[in-house]
Amino acid sequence: MLGLHGRDLTLFLVVTALVVFAPVILNPFPIGSSLAQFNAGYPDLMQRFVIYGIFAIGFNILFGLTGYLSFGHAAFLGLGSYAAVWMFKLLSMNVIPALILSTVVAGLFALVIGFISLRRSGIYFSILTLAFAQMMYALAYSVLTPITNGETGLQLALDDPRILDGGERPTSLPVTDLFGLEMRETTVLHMGSWEFTIGAGYYFAGILMLIAFYLSIRIFRSPFGMMLRAVKSNQNRMNYTGLNTRPYTLAAFVISGMYAGLAGGLLAAMDPLAGAERMQWTASGEVVLMTILGGAGTLLGPVLGAGLIKYFENIFSKINDGVLHAWFGAVPDGMEDVLVTVFHPFVGKGWHLTLGLMFMAVVIFLPGGLVEGGTRIGRLFRRRGRNAGGAEAEAAAKHPAE
Amino acid sequence: MDAFLLQILNGLDKGSAYALIALGLTLIFGTLGVVNFAHGALFMIGAFCAVTLNAILGLSHQVTDPERTDFLGNPLQVDVPYVYDIFGESAGAWILDWSVPLAILLAIPVMLVIGIVMERGLIRHFYKRPHADQILVTFGLAIVLQEIIKAFYGANPIPTPAPDALRGSVDFGAWLGLQAGSVIYPVWRLVYFFFAGIIIAGVFAFLQFTTFGMVVRAGMADRETVGLLGIDIDRRFTLMFGLAAIVAGLAGVMYTPILSPNYHMGMDFLVLSFVVVVVGGMGSLPGAVAAGFLLGILQSFASMNAVKSLLPGIDQIIIYLVAIVILLTRPRGLLGRKGVMEE
Amino acid sequence: MGILEVKGVNKRFGGLQALGDVNLSVAERTVHAIIGPNGAGKSTLLNCLVGKLIPDSGSVMFDGKSVLGRKPHEINQMGISRVFQTPEIFADLTVLENVMIPCFARRDGAFRMHALRSVRSEGGIRDQAEAMLADVSMLEKAGAHAGSLSRGDKRRLEMAMCLVQEPKLLLLDEPTAGMARADTNNTIDLLKEIKDKRPITMCIIEHDMHVVFSLAERITVLAQGTPLIEDTPDNIKGHPKVREAYLGEAQV
Repeated sequence: MLGLHGRDLTLFLVVTALVVFAPVILNPFPIGSSLAQFNAGYPDLMQRFVIYGIFAIGFNILFGLTGYLSFGHAAFLGLGSYAAVWMFKLLSMNVIPALILSTVVAGLFALVIGFISLRRSGIYFSILTLAFAQMMYALAYSVLTPITNGETGLQLALDDPRILDGGERPTSLPVTDLFGLEMRETTVLHMGSWEFTIGAGYYFAGILMLIAFYLSIRIFRSPFGMMLRAVKSNQNRMNYTGLNTRPYTLAAFVISGMYAGLAGGLLAAMDPLAGAERMQWTASGEVVLMTILGGAGTLLGPVLGAGLIKYFENIFSKINDGVLHAWFGAVPDGMEDVLVTVFHPFVGKGWHLTLGLMFMAVVIFLPGGLVEGGTRIGRLFRRRGRNAGGAEAEAAAKHPAE
Repeated sequence: MDAFLLQILNGLDKGSAYALIALGLTLIFGTLGVVNFAHGALFMIGAFCAVTLNAILGLSHQVTDPERTDFLGNPLQVDVPYVYDIFGESAGAWILDWSVPLAILLAIPVMLVIGIVMERGLIRHFYKRPHADQILVTFGLAIVLQEIIKAFYGANPIPTPAPDALRGSVDFGAWLGLQAGSVIYPVWRLVYFFFAGIIIAGVFAFLQFTTFGMVVRAGMADRETVGLLGIDIDRRFTLMFGLAAIVAGLAGVMYTPILSPNYHMGMDFLVLSFVVVVVGGMGSLPGAVAAGFLLGILQSFASMNAVKSLLPGIDQIIIYLVAIVILLTRPRGLLGRKGVMEE
Repeated sequence: MGILEVKGVNKRFGGLQALGDVNLSVAERTVHAIIGPNGAGKSTLLNCLVGKLIPDSGSVMFDGKSVLGRKPHEINQMGISRVFQTPEIFADLTVLENVMIPCFARRDGAFRMHALRSVRSEGGIRDQAEAMLADVSMLEKAGAHAGSLSRGDKRRLEMAMCLVQEPKLLLLDEPTAGMARADTNNTIDLLKEIKDKRPITMCIIEHDMHVVFSLAERITVLAQGTPLIEDTPDNIKGHPKVREAYLGEAQV
């Protein structure tokens, strides 16, 4: 089906199911319960899951397959957002032209930046991409203000031309739509004390993420993908096998740049605003974190990593001392205070600390990311399951999963 | 001529900081072959050593001053720092005033310990891992360190003033016989520049004239051979990491009066310092220092109004632009050896 | 007229004349060995043939076309494959994938973006790779991680990767360096088999005289960057100049 086979097909169907049922799965706690604040099933957050998922999937095509570590991918994300907002201002509030332009613009910039940066490898490549992104960030903040609106960020205005949307000047700021379907439109389903919000924007972004994910599986399993893995493994052998590595790496760079542009365009489609901080190197660092945390070079890893980090950013950061006290309310008072004090630095505003520790742990102990962790656990169970005739499991253990 | 001189001077303080951080980065890279993204965090921790000492010295207790009254006529409660009790009022006040330079004494042991713990506890296990892994794990460490500092000191910058005697500006132009008032320069920045010069000279002298330094230099050139000679190079490299941490830390301590420390200052400087290291040439100590000053001064020239009106925005991107050009035309950097870290 | 014609090639590194006026002609479908003491310029010459180095002067013609100024991958596409001193393989890929990649390179050229085609649908390529692996008796290891192979098997795999391209000229850079005697003999047998089965020309750089004299049909002796003599193995063995320059240090 769809040109996917075996485990790839299963994986794709599982991810599809997760995306479709996310509003339910991510809202396991009834409203009004003390745990309701850990519900992540609201459109605004779910949109971010899938959009950053696209960003990370694209980054993984470059880093996971070819091993080229770009520290400047946020530049393409920011470019995508600016391009999309300009389309909303000039052409139409329909998201389709905006997304097409953001993908194309990001792709063109990726072509130029990649062409130059890929002349070097290793840390020099990382520094080159970083330098380009920082330059774009600095320019967006300063001299390009006419295009980017500087520190304030690019926003919609009442007197934007929007030539395709008819000449009438709106009385309030227009909203983004897909042929009339407003991105912010939501329907709330009530089921007992549970409440699930179905958002148009989320499903639109979700479908795009599924397409992006599907394409990435196809790329991973294609001869092209095999060549990219070969680039990571041994460029010298590539050259002496009659293969030109440069166009392969450049193609991967442009594809990942276009994914980033699409993600940036989608961010703007959900909330028509574009700021320079989206291009800053910390944002580039974030997508590196997502990809490594989930598992670079694996199909599911980047999606997992993006979801996890965005969940942490939005939900984990809400755990304050009050919540902690409520959690440890059952233990004796003295203990409670100790526990709260111990956990305090790691939650709420300190969630970055937990993230940093988790990231270090993954790099040190699980270079394959959470996906490798899952594989290891799965293998452990399987081995225990067939302890008697465990020869096959032994063999599998010798060759760690790719 | 005046404007020219002023721009060079303006570039010196940033250039000094770049040079000091890049020097430490290069020491670590040259000796251990590790790309340390947590080096900026060491700079930041150094700055917070100054903040900490300032806070400790400022600890005080309340005393009722019977001779003075507040506006309600009650006896006035005055805060008296403990240092006044210990050293007497005038010496105590002097110590409090000079807390930033004094923080050097605190920073040296603290940074040495942090550096050694870092090397023994983490970096050591990454010698044989790919550079990408080294970058990633030290990047994670940098996040952790800056979050710890944030948890203790909050997110806002903490002003840490220079000693009274070193505040204010000097009329640099008058010194040189130029028109008075033409080149006004803050004293502390001058102090920082000389301080950086002393540290850099110290590091070079240490490497040049001590046996320890000789072994380390030999190790930088060819680690395996030195290992074969039966010299315990590992322990020396650990100390080298401590030394690099001290250099970064001291650079941070003395920078506090110029920039009020905040938890992300390390990362801000690190990104530029990496560019500096690459421009100077990976693994070249003189290259790192030269590129640090060069880029600092270049940035200051690019900020001149005459230049900015000609090339808008050039001040924001000049360093990156130079880095890109250098990397593409001379990948080994200004003074680097060929082939270092190419793969 | 040989398949490979090297004429008047010079190469200097700073003050060192690495190659001085090298002339070499390799006849089609022969095994030609280049021997010489350390520092004689063997590796430099090889690197000039594959595009890694560019000679200061002279010409290198392969199959009637000049290779000078071309990049390694272009020269490979002309029909020259190279085996390295330490086997260069794709350690992170499976053995089968290692052999499939040169098959793709042969069919699709230096770059082709089959990004949405599945590797599974490439039955022809797969068959070709599997047949090659069977030829070097490695088919049972097709699914293994190439990095986990023994050194001997890595050498075999690298040969398979080169041979599956059906090159006109196979360059071998000390293919038995650092090998145990048994592995060396295996390699000799493998090369003999290749030579008998395929219409291939081989140019071999070797230190081990045992290997050279069991395989080569012509031998060129390099000394200090210049060819000293070129002849059949039998004549080389007895030549006084060669004994003086080279064989004195490694007894035959």
